[in-house]
Amino acid sequence: MIGEHFPVLIPVSLLVGAVVSVPLGLWRGSLSRLVALLATGFSVVAAGVGLRHVLRAGEMRYSLGGWPPPIGIEYVADPLALFVVLVVTGVGFAVTVYSKRSLERESPQNHVPFNAVALLFLAGLSGMVMTGDLFNLYVFLEIASLAAYALVAAGEKRAPVAAFRYLVLGTVGASCYLLGVGFLYLATGSLNMADVRAILPLLPHYRLPFIALCLMVIGLGLKMALFPLHVWLPDAYTYASSVGSAYLAPVGTKVAAYALMRVWFGVFGPVAYALPIGAMLVVASVAGILVGSIMAMAQNDLKRMLAYSSVAQVGYIGLGIGLASPLGFIGAVLHILNHAVMKATLFLVSGALAYRFGTTSILPMDDRLRRAMPWTSAAFAVAALSMIGLPPTAGFFSKWYLALACLKAESWPLVAVIALSSLLNAVYFFRVLERMYLRKASAEEGIPGPPASNPGEAPPSMLIPILILGLGVLLIGLANAWIVEKVIKLAIPSGL
Amino acid sequence: METYGSWVPVWAVACSLAASGMILASSRRPNLREFWTLSAAGVKFALILTLVPEALAHRVAEARLFAIAPGIDLTLRADPLGVFFALVSSALWIVTSCYSVGYMRGLSEHKQTRYFACFAVCLSSTVGIAFAANLLTFVIFYEMLTIATYPLVIHKETPEAVSAGRKYLAYTLTAGVVLLVATAWTYELTGTLEFRPGGFLGSETAPAATCVWLFVLFMSGAAVKSALMPLHGWLPTAMIAPTPVSALLHAVAVVKAGVFAVIRIVGFVFGPATLSALGLQTYLACLAGLTMILASVLAFHQDNLKRRLAYSTIGHLSYIVLGAALLTPASLAGSLLHLASHATMKITLFFCAGALHVQLHKEKISELDGVARQMPWTMGAFAVASLGLAGLPPLNGFVSKWYLGLGALQAAQPLAFALFLLAGLLSAGYFLPILYRAFCRAPQPEAEPSQTPHQEGDSGHDASAWITFPLLITAALSLILGLFPNLLFHFWSLAHLVSDSILNGGSP
Repeated sequence: MIGEHFPVLIPVSLLVGAVVSVPLGLWRGSLSRLVALLATGFSVVAAGVGLRHVLRAGEMRYSLGGWPPPIGIEYVADPLALFVVLVVTGVGFAVTVYSKRSLERESPQNHVPFNAVALLFLAGLSGMVMTGDLFNLYVFLEIASLAAYALVAAGEKRAPVAAFRYLVLGTVGASCYLLGVGFLYLATGSLNMADVRAILPLLPHYRLPFIALCLMVIGLGLKMALFPLHVWLPDAYTYASSVGSAYLAPVGTKVAAYALMRVWFGVFGPVAYALPIGAMLVVASVAGILVGSIMAMAQNDLKRMLAYSSVAQVGYIGLGIGLASPLGFIGAVLHILNHAVMKATLFLVSGALAYRFGTTSILPMDDRLRRAMPWTSAAFAVAALSMIGLPPTAGFFSKWYLALACLKAESWPLVAVIALSSLLNAVYFFRVLERMYLRKASAEEGIPGPPASNPGEAPPSMLIPILILGLGVLLIGLANAWIVEKVIKLAIPSGL
Repeated sequence: METYGSWVPVWAVACSLAASGMILASSRRPNLREFWTLSAAGVKFALILTLVPEALAHRVAEARLFAIAPGIDLTLRADPLGVFFALVSSALWIVTSCYSVGYMRGLSEHKQTRYFACFAVCLSSTVGIAFAANLLTFVIFYEMLTIATYPLVIHKETPEAVSAGRKYLAYTLTAGVVLLVATAWTYELTGTLEFRPGGFLGSETAPAATCVWLFVLFMSGAAVKSALMPLHGWLPTAMIAPTPVSALLHAVAVVKAGVFAVIRIVGFVFGPATLSALGLQTYLACLAGLTMILASVLAFHQDNLKRRLAYSTIGHLSYIVLGAALLTPASLAGSLLHLASHATMKITLFFCAGALHVQLHKEKISELDGVARQMPWTMGAFAVASLGLAGLPPLNGFVSKWYLGLGALQAAQPLAFALFLLAGLLSAGYFLPILYRAFCRAPQPEAEPSQTPHQEGDSGHDASAWITFPLLITAALSLILGLFPNLLFHFWSLAHLVSDSILNGGSP
């Protein structure tokens, strides 16, 4: 019974959680957090069990309300969707566990709405991933986006401006996508992804679908912060609260990338190969990788540096998608996982620093930080090494598959870009690591020390998610072959 | 060569990795901490020693762990070349550990726990490099070595040390990325990364131009760690590290991992047939010959003892590379033998430099007048090792140089032969003045007038036994291995086994 409804279960449980958590939270403050934990925890388990099931028994389709597609809305639980949902909910769960103490410090009054909005955000993302309907994808995209604007706006003093900018640009992106869906509907008369895919090759000409595809790529490109559509991202991630950016950064942009894959590979497939979408994505990604990395070097705030690094890392994913080859796909999907885990670790660490020291500025960092928080620093170091792409961490293997994909495509400049970006990452991460580990504490210019009452590591509810994610960076690296063979290879779209 | 499954190579890598965890856990109890280091060193050496008879009997221990990327297993294989390198590095880790204890305590250095833990990780990576059975496994351990060495290079945490660390990372990380690209390209072309004696990359798998590019990429990846000019810049700078680090890492593990990479790539990736068909080894030989002479000349200019040793290292590493590039039975064997002989001799020299630093706080050659009277054992060992590096019989430097020279003649390359001789003379040229100062000159009369009589009396003898014994042992090893190259470790037989396997494509 449950099994049959399973594909819709994850978004629904998160949505229900979001709705329920507000009245319960207003009645008893701590209940909202409990609901958030239950909802995210449940969805992680559901995603894990579902992935296992789907890998054994093949994909599952679910018609919402009993209306068969193409009339009704369809949910598709295939290996790729469940894999991405597992990443989203897994990171979401870790951040939810982490959020309590950080929220108490940074926004003590509004943790009830914050939890609800975070659940809404995760519900939107998982809905985007699971749906098999183009318009329904738009709906969930807007749910996730509106929640994301709220998450940003709940940050520090400058956050509302950043959120407004994000809102304006994000709405442009969403509208582009919606326009694209409209054009596609005009051409095919259907909104169901599988149905549209079946109809497209039968059309006499592709003028409308091509316009639709271009609009959708631009819209989703904006949502995934593909260069040069990334301008909303740095401010949004910097000024959001620590927890807010820890929700947004690891998974927010990735799901848009996933949607891009779904639309381009899954809906259009071979039809779209007449358009130079791939080449365009590759160029934009390369520019993003280089510009993002260089800008990251110039930042003096840890969160802002990580935000620019996200622009660069989204470039890796865009590059893998743009190459439109099996290896590129593997690289992109694996990097969705890898980057989610690494970036989550890094943002959570920056949140822990903010919690203990009240600042995330890089310049005053010194070795007091490492002495006060040895485990947090170690997790940061592991995640940073992974961002640089050193074995045996996860980041190395993203680089490996992407390099193989570029070599297969015989595009030498891309190989050089991947090599170079790894060195650029080394520059800006070692800049932080050097301060964290080697700079002697000096009284006058150092960071204000930890309050004498509670020196040392962040509380366990913050530290444990950091450590688990940091360990995950290592384990994913070692198990990457397993993940690729058992999951990602099964998800490679048929057209590639 | 027959292969049999065995976990010994895995334990050999894992034991020091486990030890690094134990070291970190026992940071508050220095004696326990040092116990972990020393016992891991002993266990590791014993494990590798058990692999020697097997390798000599043409039996290769192999451990396939798990798939690290689709189609590529994380595999450790104790083939003769791997056993050779692992044996050298693990044997010297034991003496270096003893020496480190004496040195670090003698100077009451800070952060000794980090130091010993990183050292253990370095040794794991080095043995992993030695036993790596395919290129990806190799690259993984090669990069691990880079990262594990960084905290040792910046150990002093002074601004100079930090900037030396940056330079070190800039060189080695770039090399790692280049090596990764070359590896990925090789995989893309051949679908395999498994090392094979005699090589697996040839005209049948890749066009000639591609092979040339790959060779350039591989060599620039390996040349940084093997300090081939013009990529040697990091090595003298990294001498800022504590002396045991310079000793083991910059004379044994890191740079030797570089030349080991050269031998692996020359012998087991490309193979003699491909290289001579494309004439690539000539370029490598030219570069190595040039480095050999230039580095030796530059060594004359250094007044800082460790820097002179660093340039001498650069020169001697090129002996090994040149030997590998000549691709004859004797030159390959000589190249490997020199890997071992240079290791024992150079580690002795660094140990002596460290002893001088601990005991007399002298780092410059110009201050060494008459130190042999104060530290006779230390300077005796120094004399043995430096004469060995100059290639004097009956030291092991002579044996390896003999085979290298023989190899040059086998290859009908009189120029290479002349270069070996010239480099030997230059080595003598930059070491003998040190010996002359130490043994024949009177101590500088106004030497350190500020010192109190008590301190003078204190420093008028060799350093503590923890420091002096290791350097005597390595000096004695240099002598013993010169007289009986096959004694104890079967270096001679292993070296010839390797050169046979490379030149005959694996068939004995």
